[in-house]
Amino acid sequence: MLNLVWLIPALPLAGFLLIFLFGRILGEPRAGILATLMTASSFVVVVGVYLDLLSRTAEERHHVVTLFSWLPVGSLHVDMALLADPLSITMALFITGIGTLIHLYAIGYMHGDPKFSKFFLYLNLFVFSMLMLVLGENLLVTFLGWEGVGACSYFLISFWHTRDSAATAGKKAFVTNRVGDWGMMVAMFLAFSSVGTLSYAGINAAATGGKIAAVTATGIAMMLFVGACGKSAQLPLYIWLPDAMEGPTPVSALIHAATMVTSGVFLLTRMSPVLHASYPWLGDVIATVGALTALFAATIAVAQTDIKKVLAYSTVSQLGFMFLAIGSGAYVAAIFHMVTHAFFKALLFLGSGSVIHGMHHEQDMRKMGALRKLMPITGFTFIIGWLAIAGIPPFAGFWSKDEILLAAFANNRLLWLIGVVTALLTAYYMTRQVIMVFFGEARWHDHAEENGAHGDHTPHESPWTMVAPLVVLAGLSIAGGVLQLPFSHSTKFLEHWLEPVIGHSEVSIAGSWADSNKWLLLVVAVLIAVGGVVASIAVYAKGKFKIIEPKILADAWRYDSAVSAIVGGPGRAAFNGVAAFDAKVVDGAVNGIGTEVRAASGLLRKIQSGLVRSYAFVIGLGAVVLLAWFLLRGIL
Amino acid sequence: MELFVFVVAAAMVLAGAVGVVTRSNPVHAAMSLVLTLFGIAVMFVAHNAHFLAAVQVIVYAGAIVVLFLFVIMLLGVDKAEDLSVEPITNQRPLAAIIGVGISAIVIAAIISSRAGLGASGQGVNQTTVDSPDANIRQLARVIFSDNVFAFEITSVLLLVAVIGTVVMARKTKSVGTGK
Amino acid sequence: MSAMLSVAQPTSTWYLILSAVLFGIGIIGVMVRRNPLIMFMCIELMLNAVNLSFVALSSQIANINGQVAVFFVLVVAAAEVVVGLGIIVSIMRRRTTVTVDDMSGLKG
Repeated sequence: MLNLVWLIPALPLAGFLLIFLFGRILGEPRAGILATLMTASSFVVVVGVYLDLLSRTAEERHHVVTLFSWLPVGSLHVDMALLADPLSITMALFITGIGTLIHLYAIGYMHGDPKFSKFFLYLNLFVFSMLMLVLGENLLVTFLGWEGVGACSYFLISFWHTRDSAATAGKKAFVTNRVGDWGMMVAMFLAFSSVGTLSYAGINAAATGGKIAAVTATGIAMMLFVGACGKSAQLPLYIWLPDAMEGPTPVSALIHAATMVTSGVFLLTRMSPVLHASYPWLGDVIATVGALTALFAATIAVAQTDIKKVLAYSTVSQLGFMFLAIGSGAYVAAIFHMVTHAFFKALLFLGSGSVIHGMHHEQDMRKMGALRKLMPITGFTFIIGWLAIAGIPPFAGFWSKDEILLAAFANNRLLWLIGVVTALLTAYYMTRQVIMVFFGEARWHDHAEENGAHGDHTPHESPWTMVAPLVVLAGLSIAGGVLQLPFSHSTKFLEHWLEPVIGHSEVSIAGSWADSNKWLLLVVAVLIAVGGVVASIAVYAKGKFKIIEPKILADAWRYDSAVSAIVGGPGRAAFNGVAAFDAKVVDGAVNGIGTEVRAASGLLRKIQSGLVRSYAFVIGLGAVVLLAWFLLRGIL
Repeated sequence: MELFVFVVAAAMVLAGAVGVVTRSNPVHAAMSLVLTLFGIAVMFVAHNAHFLAAVQVIVYAGAIVVLFLFVIMLLGVDKAEDLSVEPITNQRPLAAIIGVGISAIVIAAIISSRAGLGASGQGVNQTTVDSPDANIRQLARVIFSDNVFAFEITSVLLLVAVIGTVVMARKTKSVGTGK
Repeated sequence: MSAMLSVAQPTSTWYLILSAVLFGIGIIGVMVRRNPLIMFMCIELMLNAVNLSFVALSSQIANINGQVAVFFVLVVAAAEVVVGLGIIVSIMRRRTTVTVDDMSGLKG
């Protein structure tokens, strides 16, 4: 089964090609069904590979399938090779699993869209790229997937490109991601120049064996972190993710919540030996950036009124948690949170999509309310997602967030405090969202007309293709925590599973104060989560306190507009200066050379008389001179 | 006897060559070319290259010169060329320098290296009464063994030339001026 | 008389000198004549000059390969004449002039 690893990305690619060729003939809904089937069969293959890996011993859980030699250039030798190991298969499992559910959901959500088949074309291409990213055996294959998901993200954000805001959001995501891609490329260059290979096995072995100097390792890891910041929307490059909500909601769920944005976390985990070999301050930098992003985004989410914007900032915040874990050396916790986050955030996004669908494309939460009774399944599953992200036991988010906070406490108590405040805010704004959307009084009557809703104004429950994924994801959000339970060593399944990949770099907290008092910290986390929920209920449901939603938070701390002001003002002036330099000096030099060559050729072209007999004379002259030279040299 | 043959043949060759260059009427020039080609054929016979002599007469005199004459007649360019004027300055003196120069240098090389050449007629089969086709047989053996690949390629070359010429010389309805 | 004749046996050198002269005449013809057909004939003269030297040297150094070379030169000459005359025919269809000096459209 392990040798069939290539089938995992090949099936979505086949789906992409089939829809590319026959998309118009297939039409709705067959294109969607085909895409869903391809992703589903890819999931089946992943499960097969997973079971095969599971049947082996920990040391043998590393299988490379080389498809062909991709770049044999001198000492740079890169194979198109896929790697099946616990980390990549974990990623592939939830990418294809959640991907299938979201494909199914999208069949209902995109119903009636004129570009129905094109949507699934991009979606399958995305799944292919994402699988290449996680299954790649070397940095370059990963980079191929990395750029592929970036391109798909761009296509899908601006899927409704006739809307100006969607086109702009797509461009913004693309440009911001370039900064991150630059970091990743520099990291590759550094890795190749210092290790001489791009394969993970080679680089990680060199890092583990101490063959990479600490300063080089720090440089590589730093640049990888820059790349991860761009892809995973960390400070200061997070700005594209909230705008990416312009895309269709299944895209937000798949790309901008569950899979693509976590690829930065994946990359740092994959290269964890290099991080381990770096200077210790790098971990602090990553953890600090992660914690600050988490807090920063959580404060913004408190004041957002768009149902998807809240979830977007929440995603940024949760990604910050994952980076906090990575910086603290808790890679297992990062992956654990990535998986549970994929479950509940996909659920929340799909739930919000179901709400938007039912509300005739209304996204403003101020115009919703009391939807619980009209959309019972959506409401019920959304509430499960809310409990999971808020950190209420025994839902999935509680276990993974607690794991991260534990590692953060052992690493740095200030960062732990930031994490706890963020957890409080998370519970607060998610409760606010649930109350605004599903409880309280119905506020949608007054707005139905201006929305252009036609016929029945009443929100309605979504079709089964959309509801079924919600139910499955809700189940996963409830039970996801069993992957890694802190009760005893033997219940930490994920840790044992990932042991062969990151066991070397994982920082153990065993024996520390945090470890021995982890039940205390657990209780604190529960109290914080419940506190956030209660506070929010008091404010939004009971109206006991005044609603505090400062304008500056709704404007995302004016960070976005500040960036625009800097790039638009001094930035533009600087660009104009560069452009003038380019026009005058660079172009001047180029044009000057051109003018000189033109003048010289004007003189030379007179030789070309066009008279064949003159050319014959020149040929003859050449022959005479050559023969004379031979004769004089005595060759003839 | 050989001297006599050489003198007559050389006279034919040179007279024909001078005629090609100097006769203003293209038809006369073509006739002079035939004279040269026959002279060369005679010299081939003198060197026992009977096969080549035959080919020289058949292909050159029989096919190529006839082709020349056809084209001359087809295009109606059998008007005499005015050789008294030369549009390009100094072209004739330069031509003379080049022509005489090449001949002189080659002759100088021939004479200076004359001693280096061996005796004549040892490895080339002579035609005798017993084996009248010895030369052809020897030539055929070399062409169809050592040079068989080149020989096959020349057939492709000729095919390409024929097709190319047909394509070029065909009157196209849209482009042709319809003369 | 017979002794005189035997002294005056034409050797290969004679043929080679004749070939050189013929080649020179051909060159002069190419450079002097303006009719493309006659330029072609002059090129044929040069080819024949080379053929003559091949055959002369072939019997001189006793190697049949010289005659094989002549055989191939004949083939190439035939192909060259066919293509060249095809070009001339297609050019002459478009213009009435007959000299190569008028075909100088490709000048710089």
